[in-house]
Amino acid sequence: MKDILQELEDRRADARLGGGQRRIDSQHAKGKLTARERVELLLDEDSFEEFDMFKSHRCTDFGMEKQKAAGDGVVVGWGTINGRMVYVFSQDFTVFGGSLSETHAEKICKIMDMAMQNGAPVIGINDSGGARIQEGVASLAGYAEVFQRNVMASGVVPQISVIMGPCAGGAVYSPAMTDFIFMVKDTSYMFVTGPDVVKTVTNEVVTAEELGGASTHTKKSSVADGAFENDVEALAEVRRLVDFLPLNNKEKPPVRPFFDEPGRIDESLDTLVPENANTPYDMKELITKMADEGDFYEIQEDFAKNIITGFIRLEGQTVGVVANQPMVLAGCLDIDSSRKAARFVRFCDCFEIPILTLVDVPGFLPGTSQEYGGVIKHGAKLLFAYGEATVPKVTVITRKAYGGAYDVMSSKHLRGDFNYAWPTAEIAVMGAKGATEIIHRADLGDAEKIEQHTKDYEDRFANPFVAAERGFIDEVIMPHSTRRRVSRAFASLRNKSLTNPWKKHDNIPL
Amino acid sequence: MFNKILIANRGEIACRVMKTAKKMGISTVAIYSDADKNALHVKMADEAIHIGPAPANQSYIVIDKVMQAIRESGAQAVHPGYGFLSENAKFAEALAAEGVAFVGPPVGAIESMGDKITSKKIAQDAGVSTVPGYMGLIEDAEDAVKISNEVGYPVMIKASAGGGGKGMRIAWNDDEAREGFQSSKNEAANSFGDDRIFIEKFVTQPRHIEIQVLCDAHGNGIYLGERECSIQRRNQKVVEEAPSPFLDEETRRAMGEQSVALAQAVGYASAGTVEFIVDGDKNFYFLEMNTRLQVEHPVTELITGVDLVEQMIRVANGEPLTITQDDVTLTGWAIENRLYAEDPYRGFLPSIGRLSRYRPPAETAAYLPGVAAGDAGEVVVRNDTGVFEGGEISMYYDPMIAKLCTWAPTREKAIEAMRVALDSFEVEGIGHNLPFLSAVMDHEKFVSGQMTTAFIEEEFPDGFQGVALPEADLKRIAAATAAMHRVAEIRRTRVSGRMDNHERRVGEDWVVTLQGVEHALKIDADKDGSTITFDDGSSMRVASEWTPGDQLANVDVDGAPLVLKVGKISGGFRIRNRGADLKVFVRTPRQAELAKLMPEKVAPDTSKMLLCPMPGLIVKVDVEVGDEVQEGQALCTVEAMKMENILRAEKKSVVAKINAGAGDSLAVDDVIMEFE
Repeated sequence: MKDILQELEDRRADARLGGGQRRIDSQHAKGKLTARERVELLLDEDSFEEFDMFKSHRCTDFGMEKQKAAGDGVVVGWGTINGRMVYVFSQDFTVFGGSLSETHAEKICKIMDMAMQNGAPVIGINDSGGARIQEGVASLAGYAEVFQRNVMASGVVPQISVIMGPCAGGAVYSPAMTDFIFMVKDTSYMFVTGPDVVKTVTNEVVTAEELGGASTHTKKSSVADGAFENDVEALAEVRRLVDFLPLNNKEKPPVRPFFDEPGRIDESLDTLVPENANTPYDMKELITKMADEGDFYEIQEDFAKNIITGFIRLEGQTVGVVANQPMVLAGCLDIDSSRKAARFVRFCDCFEIPILTLVDVPGFLPGTSQEYGGVIKHGAKLLFAYGEATVPKVTVITRKAYGGAYDVMSSKHLRGDFNYAWPTAEIAVMGAKGATEIIHRADLGDAEKIEQHTKDYEDRFANPFVAAERGFIDEVIMPHSTRRRVSRAFASLRNKSLTNPWKKHDNIPL
Repeated sequence: MFNKILIANRGEIACRVMKTAKKMGISTVAIYSDADKNALHVKMADEAIHIGPAPANQSYIVIDKVMQAIRESGAQAVHPGYGFLSENAKFAEALAAEGVAFVGPPVGAIESMGDKITSKKIAQDAGVSTVPGYMGLIEDAEDAVKISNEVGYPVMIKASAGGGGKGMRIAWNDDEAREGFQSSKNEAANSFGDDRIFIEKFVTQPRHIEIQVLCDAHGNGIYLGERECSIQRRNQKVVEEAPSPFLDEETRRAMGEQSVALAQAVGYASAGTVEFIVDGDKNFYFLEMNTRLQVEHPVTELITGVDLVEQMIRVANGEPLTITQDDVTLTGWAIENRLYAEDPYRGFLPSIGRLSRYRPPAETAAYLPGVAAGDAGEVVVRNDTGVFEGGEISMYYDPMIAKLCTWAPTREKAIEAMRVALDSFEVEGIGHNLPFLSAVMDHEKFVSGQMTTAFIEEEFPDGFQGVALPEADLKRIAAATAAMHRVAEIRRTRVSGRMDNHERRVGEDWVVTLQGVEHALKIDADKDGSTITFDDGSSMRVASEWTPGDQLANVDVDGAPLVLKVGKISGGFRIRNRGADLKVFVRTPRQAELAKLMPEKVAPDTSKMLLCPMPGLIVKVDVEVGDEVQEGQALCTVEAMKMENILRAEKKSVVAKINAGAGDSLAVDDVIMEFE
């Protein structure tokens, strides 16, 4: 009997070694942790339960029948993050380079099915050389099985991908369909075709890092939502993100005890908006000063910085924030910022996360590069996302809300629940100068007259009251009481119930 | 007494004067420029009058505009503060012409003390010790030797037209005097085209010590002890204290009596300051007299219990002094630290912008100027300031944000109180010298009171790079942050949606890593705090009210206060304390073990790049890719704060890449160009 029990321990020990100590050492030498070490850091201590530890591939071609490893290059199972259930798979680069075989894919699919059934997020840790070439189409089938599950799980449970090594070819499309992708600087890359193929086909010479490193994907392509210094930091930050997210689409976003006064007044906000309308200010100051304990989890921090997206908590409950950033491109909307914010709004709406929108937008960025790039359809994405969202929506206009961009930024007309404005708000079709030049075209030659017209326009429209008179603004609020007002607004919306008409699905302008 | 007083100044000094005026029941009038529309002194005043655009030479120092404001407000008296019009005789005359009282000395005193040569002569005549020297022209080397002997070695041989150390020699004997005369003369001729030379006593181990005097218009005059202001950076005072740790009673009395004699010689009537340079043997020499309220006057107020502003107003009102010299006693010790909006990590470059956070330490409520500090508390904290959270530090005025003072019965305790007060002072949004001040407060030479005016130059020759804390301090911080981290982690386990009965348990064993050192420790928490046991067996008792999100942690470590500024970083905290800026990681033993496998990331090598030193606009780029540049060659011009700054090559190299062009607006540390 003892021997039998011992055999389990021996088999487990063998499986835990993955591809062996030499490969583990080599993984460490690259500054990377092993698949199991990563799971350990991701989950609460001793909470991981592994499935399919002994599962191995069934391939008999190319002598593969002689090379078998328990687990087949991926560690799967479930555990908890601060006591909340999550499912996880973690590819093991020490076993066949983490390559995906039919059985490897089956393991991933198993936990994805369980996650859907039991309503818990899926976190995938990617570190894989790609398809298991020896298996041919069986491997490709494996990918597609995973893809199909990504699609089905989308909007049902949160899916988070952490790229901690190579992720190339077809493999990229699974993370691409998840809600968030995080990368590790210097040790991870993602691309559809690698530098060698690029060179052969297009003659471009590019390194893997330049082509698909963390910097590329967080700053240029926006494929990734964040990048971290190393594995330890990345996993700690994923834990932090999970604390903000509901476990599934039927649950309310999580609430946790908070050490901050919901009615906290912040006098310094009264001077946040500068006297001169053309002087920028940092919208992040407003976000952190409103948030519980100043805690803000930013998504896509390095991309399209003219709009800010991320999570805060108010009274302990998660709120998604979308805010124009006057520090960058005056906070205007353009192709990139519209896409970035639209995706974020849709994520929040999927998972019942209330949305706070902070508006200081001078309009859409003009120019051929924008028009040729299809700013019409991209801008429409954000408009569409806000319009279809049924979660509580509270909007605060701090300064400019001009033109179509005013409509887009969670306006009253898009079923905004609470639309507040600061006394410094200017809600108008456009800035005073531009408007005057159109309305009083006849006086264009007369600087004095134009100046007077501009002043008249400012007096009439450069304020929140015209909009407030029509009920488009529910209330003009003092900047220093923004936290209190917005917290109360969301509190009053906790039982909000709003549904869109039945449809198979909508047809957002992709 | 006056009913209404106008304060012809801004910032902290305007606020300071208003405090006393309010106490005396006098209503206050502020003046302000465009840049100061929302300033604290405007809010504090009973009424405020706009006097023009932001630059001081279009507002605060335009006599006509200030006079107009006085007329408009009907103020009967004007306090000028310091700087601006405070020592402007024309302003005093203009006031006199309209029958408005000037809270300052008579015009004659301002005029005679305003000129360096005249003031020195008057001082000599009044029996004040001045730097011995020969003001006339020196004909040849032998003449120089003769005069040097009369003055007494060491002597300084200086070019009349000199400046910046050029044409200046120190001589300790006849040979050096002869040689020094010749080389000074040559250098002066070459550099300034003016080879006139004079000789004066060279003061060794110089300290800057000044005497506060107070005189009325009835012939009474007293001195209120001294202030030591030796800690200066480029003639800008940084730290002051009263009394001086250097003076003895006899020297103090001699300096005081001579100062009063000088004041009376010019018919002085107000508060004034006589500045001396004091050498290592306590010989003191007159430098100049400041005919106004001095920036550092609070330290005198703290040790004497006299409200100097009140006295100035009473004297201006024609009242005789009610304090005699015998009434003046110096009690305890007071230290002032000047908080400047200057970034010590960037060569003390001025920093401007929004004060996104400004939380000074709590002031001692019972203390007011005019109260004996000892009656207000064991330790007194006073902060004179003119800013507030959400306010703006503008480019137009002095970069001083606040004057933080502490008083205690002994110097040692006053320094300790200052250290804690600096740790509690929260300023964010701009660069400032708080960490540098902390470093000075912990500097051995300052603590022992052995500083000269060369202190900063000698002790921080390469500028300021932050402080490395001693091991014992790091351990205290490790204990405190471990306890804080535990609180934060326990809170995380209370999130909704967790699996009942399978909650996460937060452990007791932690590893704290800071300044490259790991501290393994165990936390035993109870309702009053935690006992932290380190793996070397030592233990500490830690208690704090800190909760997650607090940016300031007041921690009691074994009965001693530890005040930390707390920021969030992944896996731990950013901790600022005593001039150090630390990344502190708190991890479980297993996390720490795995974290050790993570590669040390080296910051990119910026030695081959030209980085933008400040936020600004590129005005022009002077070089092209491929150009060979020489050391010191102009590379490009950046306009910041309306100042054009020319950036030069640090060494000979070839331009490899240019990333910015004229018209680009750049942030700090943006790469302008790269070299091969």
